Amino acid sequence: MALTGLEIFKLLPKTNCKKCGRPTCLAFAMQLAQKKAELKDCPDVSEEAKAKLGAASAPPIKLVTIGTGEKQLKIGEENVLFRHDEKFYNPTGVAITLSDDLDDGAFKERLNKINSLKFTRVGTEIEIDLIALQNNSGDASKFSERAKEVGGNTHLSMILVSKSADNVKAALETCADKKPLIHGANAENWESMANIAKEKNCPLTVSSPTLEELADLTEKIKGTGVTEMVLHQNSENTKEILQGLTKIRRSALKKAFRPLGFPALTYIPNGDPSQEIASASAFLAKYAGIVVVDACEPWQIMPLLTVRQNIFTDPQKPVQVEPKLYEVGQVNENSPVMFTTNFSLTYYTVEGEVEASRMPAYILAVETEGTSVLTAYSGDKLNESVVAKAMADTKIEEKVKHKKLIIPGLVAVLSAKIQETTKWEVLVGPKEASGLPTYLKSTWH
Amino acid sequence: MQIANVVDKWTGAVKEVTIGATKDQGGTREKTVTVGGAKSIPFMDFDGDQGKRIVIAMDVYDIPPEDWPESLLKNYEDVVNDPASWAKKCAEEYGADLICLKLDGIHPDKGNKSADDAVNTVKSVLEAVNIPLIIWGCENNERDNEVMPKVSQAAAGERCLLGGATQDNYKTITAVCLADGHNLITQAPVDINIGKQVNILVTDLGFPLDRIVMFQTTGALGYGIEYCYSIHERGRIAALSGDNQMAVPVICDVGHEAWRAKEAKATDSEAPQWGSFAERGIMWEAITAVSLIQSGVDIIRMYHPKAVSITKEHIDKLT
Repeated sequence: MALTGLEIFKLLPKTNCKKCGRPTCLAFAMQLAQKKAELKDCPDVSEEAKAKLGAASAPPIKLVTIGTGEKQLKIGEENVLFRHDEKFYNPTGVAITLSDDLDDGAFKERLNKINSLKFTRVGTEIEIDLIALQNNSGDASKFSERAKEVGGNTHLSMILVSKSADNVKAALETCADKKPLIHGANAENWESMANIAKEKNCPLTVSSPTLEELADLTEKIKGTGVTEMVLHQNSENTKEILQGLTKIRRSALKKAFRPLGFPALTYIPNGDPSQEIASASAFLAKYAGIVVVDACEPWQIMPLLTVRQNIFTDPQKPVQVEPKLYEVGQVNENSPVMFTTNFSLTYYTVEGEVEASRMPAYILAVETEGTSVLTAYSGDKLNESVVAKAMADTKIEEKVKHKKLIIPGLVAVLSAKIQETTKWEVLVGPKEASGLPTYLKSTWH
Repeated sequence: MQIANVVDKWTGAVKEVTIGATKDQGGTREKTVTVGGAKSIPFMDFDGDQGKRIVIAMDVYDIPPEDWPESLLKNYEDVVNDPASWAKKCAEEYGADLICLKLDGIHPDKGNKSADDAVNTVKSVLEAVNIPLIIWGCENNERDNEVMPKVSQAAAGERCLLGGATQDNYKTITAVCLADGHNLITQAPVDINIGKQVNILVTDLGFPLDRIVMFQTTGALGYGIEYCYSIHERGRIAALSGDNQMAVPVICDVGHEAWRAKEAKATDSEAPQWGSFAERGIMWEAITAVSLIQSGVDIIRMYHPKAVSITKEHIDKLT
């Protein structure tokens, strides 16, 4: 946790020399506490003070980086317990298990299936992040062989899961350049695991059934020089893990308790997939840095990834699309024209339905500061002049030869005014975007 | 190593609301359901008591539903024309804690059913099941104000939960709930301030706070869930921090919202990349429920029996 102005003041030379540009050391200390000044402005500060202030200014939850390149995963460095207090910064990594003891065909099949788990929602591709390769064979050469196969055949980052330091070492010979997460250290093997993590410069998980022992282990491992760690509370009890995640987050943020100042990984093996996804969704909402699951069907993974997409949106920012004229499909001069607002959720819901209708159409996203149809209407951000202006700005009348405008059913009340202002014939569309395919088929010929 | 003490001591508590009345209490229910009572944020019982278990209300409509996908409808095919049998199925086969009878059929655009019809439906459902009832109007002010008083009177003494009082239309429903001994749903459009305001308006009319359940319009997973998630979370923290007007249980509408989502509705041929249509809608509903549980809710309205059982099993693990 950050130091207070007075705590910082005690570490300063207290000479009031003004070299930093502030009238007194106390004034400088206060500005440091508010992050309005930098310590390097003081030429006389001691090395001891530098070290203490530097340590205190480190983020309460360590940022851990796994993998390299485009799919590199960054977790940790969160500032709040509740998203409405600010936002959650680094989206939870979703990992799917792959056992090294599957026969060749089954292994390849599952690997391909995992690789293809990506979906498009509200204009954004959502995808899993990691493959957790499990050393269920217990065999070093098998593990190494499979690690090589995964490394060469996936764009995703990797987790190497084994209790044997020798086996991890063998696997790393084939994929250390991909900076996998080693999973990992426990009370028995921590020294040898830490040595490998240090040597190969890879992040390391630390496993224990209790938070107390986790804190012991991270301190010991820190002593070996490994800094990037991920906590794993080894339990199959959903409630115990959920409470543990909250305790870890609270102790890091509210108590600046460094031994637990790391992101956390969750995994409950061999569960019923529905329960596994339910628990993983709860862990994701309440503080997991990585959730590992066995489930790998699209209908199981898509909801989990959507929870992540929703929970990690910035609550202070209405999510917007650029207000402009969008073309869906191969439009021509006879295509329907409809408008909606530039709130992403609204826009993409409409776009999705127009796509589903297979009828090419123009969608005019009207600037409403990213608010939905009803909210914009009640706040007078959506009215006949806003619509008329958007139509003029986008020169829609040059693009189609009809003059028919489909308006959202929720603002049917605006029909007459829009008709009068734009001189276009107004057609009242459905209230729900889901009604669009039927509506378009029945009304647009 | 001893870890830091991270217990949060809250000063407030969510009030308990009891729905349903037994014979001794002037109703005809076999059992009652009490919700609320939390003295901690969800499931953190090292802070304080987590209160009563979260309950599932299964929805029953007075008219057959439109646009339900096959995987959902097949569970109710034999009962969609008869609310009483529908409710009985939910209570006896599907493990509903409560029945939420939604009177959509009284809406001018959905059949414009008479008040007498509505009263008969309510009576038949009360007779068919022995668990408590939520009875919700059609959200057309004029029709609700005409029909809900008669419905309320017909169920007098049963201590139902009636919905809903809004900022613009709360007087009639509040008065009849007060007169007939029911609990009341206060409703707001994903707005914490309006939510509190409606509670103030109805308590100013003399309605007791310990008979109120709040409803912030629900968004499904992928369709604005994060907005109501944060409203619920803020509301619960306010309640636990001592804001009395927010210290009431919360209801959310998961079934209706989740099954409107494209992810629940698109068939296998429309969305082959999304995996099994039969399972997808169920998961969408269950995960919407499971996510909202983390934000602090007490009653979840649901549709699909399998989504209900997944959610209940998950709640078991956390309780």
